[in-house]
Amino acid sequence: MSLFEHSLRELKDKLHSKEITVTDLVNESYNRIEEVDGQVQAFLTLNKEAALKQAAELDGQRGNDAAELFGLPIGVKDNIVTKGLRTTAASQILDNFEDPLYDATVVNKLNEAKSVTIGKLNMDEFAMGSSNENSSYYATRNPWNTDYVPGGSSGGSAASVAAGEVPFSLGSDTGGSIRQPAAFCGVVGLKPTYGRVSRFGLIAFASSLDQIGPITRSVEDNAYLLETIAGYDNMDSTSANVEVPKYTEALTGDVKGLKIAVPKEYLGEGVTPEVKEAVQAALKKYEELGATWDEVSLPHSKYAVSTYYLLSSSEASANLARFDGVRYGKRTENAETMLDMFKRSRSEGFGDEVKRRIMLGTFALSSGYYDAYYKKAQQVRTLIKNDFEKVLQDYDVIVGPTTPTPAFKVGEKIDDPLTMYANDILTIPVNLAGVPGISVPCGFSSEGLPIGLQIIGRHFDENSVYRAAHAFEQATDFHKQRPSLGGASS
Amino acid sequence: MSRISKEDVKHVAHLARLSIKEEEADLFTKQLDDIITYAEQLNELDTEGVEPTTHVLDLHNVMRKDEPKRWVEKEDVLKNAPDHKDGQFKVPSILE
Amino acid sequence: MNFETVIGLEVHVELKTESKIFSPSPNMFGDSPNTNVNPIDLGYPGVLPVLNEEAVNFAMKAAMALNCEIATDTKFDRKNYFYPDNPKAYQISQFDQPIGENGYIDIEVDGVKKRIGITRLHMEEDAGKLTHSDDGYSLVDYNRQGTPLVEIVSEPDIRSPKEAYAYLEALKNIIQYTGVSDCKMEEGSLRCDANLSLRPIGQEEFGTKTELKNLNSFSFVQKGLEFEEVRQEKVLLSGGEILQETRRYDEQTKETILMRVKEGSDDYRYFPEPDLVPLHIDEAWKDRIFNQIPELPDARKKRYIEELQLPAYDAMVLTNNKEMSDFFEETIAQGADVKQASNWLMGEVSAYLNKHYKEFSDIALTPEGLAKMIKLIEDGTISSKIAKKVFGDLVEKGGDPEKIVKDKGLVQISDEGQLREIISGILDNNQQSIEDYRNGKDKALGFLVGQVMKQTKGQANPPMVNKIILEEMDKR
Repeated sequence: MSLFEHSLRELKDKLHSKEITVTDLVNESYNRIEEVDGQVQAFLTLNKEAALKQAAELDGQRGNDAAELFGLPIGVKDNIVTKGLRTTAASQILDNFEDPLYDATVVNKLNEAKSVTIGKLNMDEFAMGSSNENSSYYATRNPWNTDYVPGGSSGGSAASVAAGEVPFSLGSDTGGSIRQPAAFCGVVGLKPTYGRVSRFGLIAFASSLDQIGPITRSVEDNAYLLETIAGYDNMDSTSANVEVPKYTEALTGDVKGLKIAVPKEYLGEGVTPEVKEAVQAALKKYEELGATWDEVSLPHSKYAVSTYYLLSSSEASANLARFDGVRYGKRTENAETMLDMFKRSRSEGFGDEVKRRIMLGTFALSSGYYDAYYKKAQQVRTLIKNDFEKVLQDYDVIVGPTTPTPAFKVGEKIDDPLTMYANDILTIPVNLAGVPGISVPCGFSSEGLPIGLQIIGRHFDENSVYRAAHAFEQATDFHKQRPSLGGASS
Repeated sequence: MSRISKEDVKHVAHLARLSIKEEEADLFTKQLDDIITYAEQLNELDTEGVEPTTHVLDLHNVMRKDEPKRWVEKEDVLKNAPDHKDGQFKVPSILE
Repeated sequence: MNFETVIGLEVHVELKTESKIFSPSPNMFGDSPNTNVNPIDLGYPGVLPVLNEEAVNFAMKAAMALNCEIATDTKFDRKNYFYPDNPKAYQISQFDQPIGENGYIDIEVDGVKKRIGITRLHMEEDAGKLTHSDDGYSLVDYNRQGTPLVEIVSEPDIRSPKEAYAYLEALKNIIQYTGVSDCKMEEGSLRCDANLSLRPIGQEEFGTKTELKNLNSFSFVQKGLEFEEVRQEKVLLSGGEILQETRRYDEQTKETILMRVKEGSDDYRYFPEPDLVPLHIDEAWKDRIFNQIPELPDARKKRYIEELQLPAYDAMVLTNNKEMSDFFEETIAQGADVKQASNWLMGEVSAYLNKHYKEFSDIALTPEGLAKMIKLIEDGTISSKIAKKVFGDLVEKGGDPEKIVKDKGLVQISDEGQLREIISGILDNNQQSIEDYRNGKDKALGFLVGQVMKQTKGQANPPMVNKIILEEMDKR
């Protein structure tokens, strides 16, 4: 059995009792990567030499292993900057970005907690995509069936955990980029409240929506990792100075009296029968556990995708303007003028989806269109946010599917941006409202692909989200299923 | 009726400092037009008097003290530079 | 046809905070390229801005000193444009909610007083510095990137290049009084763009304006505008059309030269900066800053005239330069005579500074030293003439005037017996002069006084010398 079948806290105990060493854990990671990453393609850059060196050092300090993540191997999405370790955001424009010069705040926190960074995880270029097919390197595959996408943009983060390459990873979520791949890969992924985790060092896609969050095999691990990475950061003006609770203490298994809202819009058109059935079964389970649920309405849900694409693309058009070939990253060969250098460096460095969104955003902000598109979308964002606040006044959590369908096949949607965007219809509103949302496994399709249950809470009430997710997880067996990759798993 | 013309796309590409080929311009025009046309659904909503949301949290006055601090080595500044000279970043002439 | 000139000015002032506006890098001028930078200043992937509180305080102070209304709710926006000195390809600026609006400056040109409106004052970050080499390359230094700036935009109230000059002088002086900037044009801590248009007298609507850039001193602003005024008039009178152009002033040829013709307006795609949260400036904060604003030049001038009874001219000259005015204040605080202090500052001190291209901060003279020296003149210890010698020492080396006078033996000879003895000897050797004086040649007296001064190395008390010579001649 893989060591990574154990929870993070069990692994810590085993390290503490000297049953295993940090080097064992790190080797476990690299061996598994060796074994399956040819199929899964979850990693872009491995940190093997430094990780093994660090493991040996940590093994020498075993008496001093109190740090929260002491010796635990983690994978980090490649849009989170790591000092001295290549960071590309899966874009050719950063292909040569060998040393970002600084660590993201979350990476600092991981370092302080003494986890071991195994490598950088594949993603859709600049986090723009829902299938990982927009990686400029290679598309990560779904460990449950490699003909299928793992979801995106944190496809590498979800697939690496599902494939047993690392016990946990960090992803980022702008419109569903943690929850959707977690659902597709049968793992647990949380998008925290906006402002809960510092964005300093996260390569920005859409600043007002981006959040870093944990991807794990269990809710308990997820809560445990969030305790480490959450908190106020004076380098991020949008991070909130709100105390970080002990999330793991919320995991009582008890949801008696929990009030659940189920938006009718989340089980409507476009949601496949299998997904609906899985969610309905989950609601039944909650009833058995003593919770109650009512159907509610989030009336502006159908406007979320438009709102999201206008706002996120507008912000992205400015955020990605710094990639100009002057100070770092790709510069085209032999440009004679500055204008030529800018245009060619950017055109050669960015993929089509990134270009499309930069142009959409530039258009939405350009003079004469700002009020009609950008400002309008900001106003609709207010309406969507109000929908959530209203429902969450009366209910503890909102429950629905994470995605309308299970994972789709590689190549199936890549040519039609709008169809691809529609895949995020159930996750996007959560980012627009800034509330926390989790995806936990709640079933399998007839093709054997995982289905995710989304649980959404109030601002900074990750506790209720975790409590609900944990109780469901403990009452079901979905999270114990493993893909049969390479024939060697479990 | 198309909401966005090929000329618009070329103009926007220039503003965003992207050079796009003629056939790319055709494809982008269609795709952006589809997206913009879809986004027109927002016009169904009356947003008269609705405050736009820029920040989802109600934070204000986040500031730091005026204390100078250095946190990277001087020699690292040019480490990732595609081209440099005499401690400065070197670029093609801005004069055209 | 007669035209009316309409001028608007946009002034950028760098605020002298310790660190940059959105990054903790030191805010310093003149260091080696790219030494005061960090990943934030370089626009590295993933970095975020955090606002420097002092930059807001300074901007507010400047806005208040320029009589602006201070916004209660203000925010930052992104201004998007690509340029190698603009590392994020957007500048963090303020678009529709500037921190200050509706201010004004009072100016005086040829004895006529006038109020020039200030449309707005907003905060933003400065860009890096680009230098062009001849071999087809440009080099970028990001030390300046992120220096806090305020941009001050005037109303189109200025009607002549002379008024423009006066506005700039007044603006610079006011900002210097607040202490938020040095306003040194030669170091770029104050920069000015000007726009000018003409319209037929009586016409309400503005004509098409041209913008002047690259103006490196206030007098170049005035000269550039004067050239532009004449150029536009010629174009209009010959039936031509003024184009919306950016022009630069060439200091050699004293002409304005076309840089580019603007096509439509620039599309900066402003939108609210999502990485920074809004500012709410409550009354308590406004009061706190307001109370920190020192007395400004106009108030000071008024006080000098009314309370210190200085001539209006003195009051104007002293207050036109904050350093001089501060020096004056401290000198009189040490007990120096008000008019004497004013005379020395406007006379010897100014002459010395101008001759040596120095500022008050560069010289050894202290207000205490000047005050003591003035007292030594008043109590007769030294003559005004000797005082100039003492001043030479004070300004170069500093020190205590009393000690200088003593060490160099410059004390005035006021001992009557001693002077009478010297004068006797001189009269003995200059019989002819005595004769000449008696014959009505007053010049002869001057000659005799000169002889006494020569012999005493200028230390004889002049009124006593005069008196004793006359007495001694009478005796003979």
